[in-house]
Amino acid sequence: MYNHILSIVLFTPLLGALVLLLIPKEQKNAIRWVANLFSLAGLLISLPLIPWFWALRTQSGFKFIEGAPNTWIPSIGAGYYLGIDGISFLLIMLTTLLGWISILSSWNAIQDRVKEYYVWFLVLQTGMLGVFMALDFFLFFVFWEAMLVPMYLLIGIWGGPRKLYAAIKFFLYTLLGSVLMLLAILFLYFHHHTVTGAYTFSIPELYQTAPQIPYHYAIWLFLAFFIGFAIKVPMFPFHTWLPDAHVEAPTAGSVILAGVLLKMGTYGFMRFSLPFFPQVLDPIAHPAVRGTIITLSIIGIIYGALVSLVQKDMKKLVAYSSVSHLGFCTLGIFALNQAGLSGSLLQQINHGISTGALFLIVGILYERRHTREIAEYGGISNVMPVYATITMIMFLSSMGLPLLNGFIGEFTILQGAFIESKAWAAWAIPGVVLAASYLLWLYQRVFFGPVNNPKNEKLQDLTPREVLCFVPLILLAFWIGLYPKPIFQIMDQPVQQIVQTVRPDLNKPVLAQTPIPSAAQALPVEAGK
Amino acid sequence: MILWLIPILPIIGAAINGLLGRKFSNRTVAAIGLFFPGLAMVYTWWIAAQFFPNPHTIVQTFYDLTWIKAGAFSVQYGFQLDQLSMLMALIVTGVGFLIHVYSVGYMAHEGGYYRFFSYLNLFMFFMLTLVLADNYLLMFVGWEGVGLASYLLIGFFFLRDSASAAGKKAFIVNRIGDFGFLIALFLMIQHFGTLNFAQVFDKVNGLPAETAGAGLLTAIGLLLLLGATGKSAQIPLYVWLPDAMEGPTPVSALIHAATMVTAGVYMISRSNAVFNHAPIAMGAVAIIGCATAFFAATIGLVQHDIKRVLAYSTVSQLGYMVMACGVAAYSAGMFHLMTHAFFKALLFLGAGSVIHALGGEQDMRKMGGLRKYIPVTFWTMTAATLAISGFPGFSGFFSKDEILYRAYLHGSWGWILWLVGLITAFLTAFYMFRLWFLTFFGEYRGDQGHDQHAGREEHHGHAPHESPKVMLIPLVILGILSVAGGWIGIPKVMGGSNHFEHYLAPIFEQHAATSAQAAEAEPTAEPSGPPELLFSVAATLTAFAGIGLAWLFYYKRRDLPEKLAAGLHGAYVTLENKYFVDEFYGAAVVKPIVLGSTYLLWKGIDVGIIDRTLNDSADAARDVSRGFRHMQSGNIRSYAGWVAAGAAAVVVFMIWRGAR
Repeated sequence: MYNHILSIVLFTPLLGALVLLLIPKEQKNAIRWVANLFSLAGLLISLPLIPWFWALRTQSGFKFIEGAPNTWIPSIGAGYYLGIDGISFLLIMLTTLLGWISILSSWNAIQDRVKEYYVWFLVLQTGMLGVFMALDFFLFFVFWEAMLVPMYLLIGIWGGPRKLYAAIKFFLYTLLGSVLMLLAILFLYFHHHTVTGAYTFSIPELYQTAPQIPYHYAIWLFLAFFIGFAIKVPMFPFHTWLPDAHVEAPTAGSVILAGVLLKMGTYGFMRFSLPFFPQVLDPIAHPAVRGTIITLSIIGIIYGALVSLVQKDMKKLVAYSSVSHLGFCTLGIFALNQAGLSGSLLQQINHGISTGALFLIVGILYERRHTREIAEYGGISNVMPVYATITMIMFLSSMGLPLLNGFIGEFTILQGAFIESKAWAAWAIPGVVLAASYLLWLYQRVFFGPVNNPKNEKLQDLTPREVLCFVPLILLAFWIGLYPKPIFQIMDQPVQQIVQTVRPDLNKPVLAQTPIPSAAQALPVEAGK
Repeated sequence: MILWLIPILPIIGAAINGLLGRKFSNRTVAAIGLFFPGLAMVYTWWIAAQFFPNPHTIVQTFYDLTWIKAGAFSVQYGFQLDQLSMLMALIVTGVGFLIHVYSVGYMAHEGGYYRFFSYLNLFMFFMLTLVLADNYLLMFVGWEGVGLASYLLIGFFFLRDSASAAGKKAFIVNRIGDFGFLIALFLMIQHFGTLNFAQVFDKVNGLPAETAGAGLLTAIGLLLLLGATGKSAQIPLYVWLPDAMEGPTPVSALIHAATMVTAGVYMISRSNAVFNHAPIAMGAVAIIGCATAFFAATIGLVQHDIKRVLAYSTVSQLGYMVMACGVAAYSAGMFHLMTHAFFKALLFLGAGSVIHALGGEQDMRKMGGLRKYIPVTFWTMTAATLAISGFPGFSGFFSKDEILYRAYLHGSWGWILWLVGLITAFLTAFYMFRLWFLTFFGEYRGDQGHDQHAGREEHHGHAPHESPKVMLIPLVILGILSVAGGWIGIPKVMGGSNHFEHYLAPIFEQHAATSAQAAEAEPTAEPSGPPELLFSVAATLTAFAGIGLAWLFYYKRRDLPEKLAAGLHGAYVTLENKYFVDEFYGAAVVKPIVLGSTYLLWKGIDVGIIDRTLNDSADAARDVSRGFRHMQSGNIRSYAGWVAAGAAAVVVFMIWRGAR
């Protein structure tokens, strides 16, 4: 099992999908049970990875490697080649956890075409895991696209009133990104052949040749990847598919979309954009590249928060808040130092935990009342006290209150940004102030005050199944908030490696003392220019 | 001794009540809610008994929190006991416990009893973390945490919209202050590589004082000040505190008078090394404190709600403390912090007792003559009123005196601070005795509607009634402290020995940047005695003048205030509306953000520009495709035509190429 753990984790959901195909579609409860069993199995089977990976955390390179380069379709140099490092390990654990929670939360929400729903969901799960595990670009792209279709269907079939518009918008946006990325991958592939004489899609091998591509080509490749990933994240101004997709998607779809799918973009930045193109990102030779991305991140932080503040639909509010939170993640990545990158990765996990929970929270009200209009609610604390308490905890986690997970992530990102430029941090921090504003205002309007709407008087508080969905998320939120050290230890090695690749000159420890007095140091890049 | 036990104890209580309290009886909830903070208080005393004979700094690490291994930077869950944190821990656990006891009676008839005690214990946890932390990050954890507890408790009566709005406002305004705090932390990490108090101050002491111009320390100082203006309700971020009075009265006493709002003062005092090296930041501290003291006092003159008067009074008194820090008289500031904790907590609890007696009435225009009905409340509140007004011998007299005197001694412009402070003292005595006369003297003025209500209550034997013992005992204890609490800091010239300043001296003197500051901080090296006595006489006369004027206006000639208000109509309306600051912030900040976000960002950029461009290009693509679709008509003749046209085009092209 140890030697094939990745394949086992990867294909357990797909196996579940195949088993579901054998069950007649009328037996809805049987389908639900089987789907839940397989998603739970998918989570449980990934748990042994934790001690196993922990033991190897300090070793460099990819671990649990399966398959080999060029073995799948040798004629074109594609291989079934899997492996993980600290970055993908954390995202995989997040995926298996959220996958289980989403499927568990769908029990009552999905009543039509139940079988197809669970089949597609499990296929999606395998697709996402594959993206994080693949060490071969061909394989990666297969999973990347395989993930797109089920998500499109989940929105388009089980979505809300404008589901088709949202689904097509989601599909076209992401497809545009995929096409650009495919072109860039092919360039890297042929370039590798030119340099070494061998065709291969193996990512570790491409790591060797890609950084030598001269800047005037590399910038275009970088851009192609960047647009693909920026759409996924989504960064401003590529974000407008997100609110529509979220509003229309079923609850579980939103949880996975926010919790995992958006992380594909940030994962792409960390796995590909940074190590492939250090020559483009060199902050001294080409400050404008990084400056532009950082500016877009900061605009995303503030803009997402401001637009979130004035939403009238709860789910749209949470969707825009994702734009703001993911802005923090990209800010951390392109700070290009250890604090920034580690903080960003932690914040990606945090966002999965807290925003995933927020979508569950919205979904629970929606299931009971079939509306997400904030104005329809008020005084929910009176009728659903347990729900109100859990919501408060997750709101606090999302707004970065100390002792909860969000604080550690934001603090570390801001620290990383501050090292590069004081202005970046100063521009980003208002996002934290605004996060408190939109969340507390939402809480006030939905939960506080008297129950004015008679339709809300008899709402049922959380069922045990619903509570179960939140328990792991709350525990994780507290754990990361109180003792984040192990998580940083897991990401330490890969993050250091990225920093070394991108900025070999930055070999001094990130937080070492810089010479003291001059408060207003001249910095290479200032945001906003 | 185990320091982390002090904050941990209350959170055990918070967890028990929070998770299980819904099923408990009120008695059980109260027992749990009192037991843990009470234990923390007793434990603090036990520690104090060991600490006082031999005061020295003790640092203990709970666990290592460091999440990024890099350089020398590390963060510990570490607690530090020294003269300053010992004092704060005693105040917080002591006053805190008394207010817990009082709440047992005050909240007895409110729903959500368990919720209240859970939040209150949670507050104790964060506040004790804040004052016992040995580094800025843990302090920030407590700092944000008390903000959360404050948010939850202000909005405790969440059925009232005004209460939940006030809670939200408090949290958000505080977050604006946290902006400064956070950036200050990042500056320290970057330049000192540590957030640990001892190490930061060591590094700071190695730097020259920034007398010539602004530098790193000035920046850190100003940013910390921004944080303090949020938490300690100073200009420009004080606006949340008066609204916070929507919370239950014990909360106002504990959080919004005695403890949490003094966190900013504590933080500045703790960072005295930084401020001593940054004269510009220090000047800003002094000016903001002085301006706030005066500004808030003027608003307090005309408020009708008894709790609002006390709220503005709190803002004003906090201004005194901040001003003291700004003139390097940190121990005077801490002294006032302590005496203020006693008398202001008492004033709020007394006000709560009054409100309790009247079945929820807070408008002083509907009070009057209450001294006959609620004598214990009356006498204890009298002690507190005398203390805050600076009546000789009472606690507030010594602490305020000390601040004013030290302000005068401060540099060439100290006399301005002193003068404004003195005028503020006059206003303080006036508005406090206004409150006193309006509440306890004259005739009971409950209006007609209220009389009927009172009449009905009388049926059940409920005239304006004295509060139960559980509420009165805390009043009496605080009353004693309000009178005698200042005696540990009687200055030499009055025959005392100023134990208080000597006790804190090790904290504040070791970081003096210049010899002048060292001299200023050293009580024995002060100039001759007579002037100090003279200042005391001036302050006393001022207090008497204020009391006398209040007596004239609100006891002797009740018609005068109205005439004066009519005569100075503009000024009166401005004051009554609190200088329209809330309206200004609403119009200048909140409204533009909401409107701009809605119409410019969301409906403008998102929907109007980005989505429209996308949809238009999609439409365009469709239209173009539609055009091309017509080419595939299935009509052979049209295909033949296209072939001919294509061939012609190729021929033309080749001719053109050949011709060149």
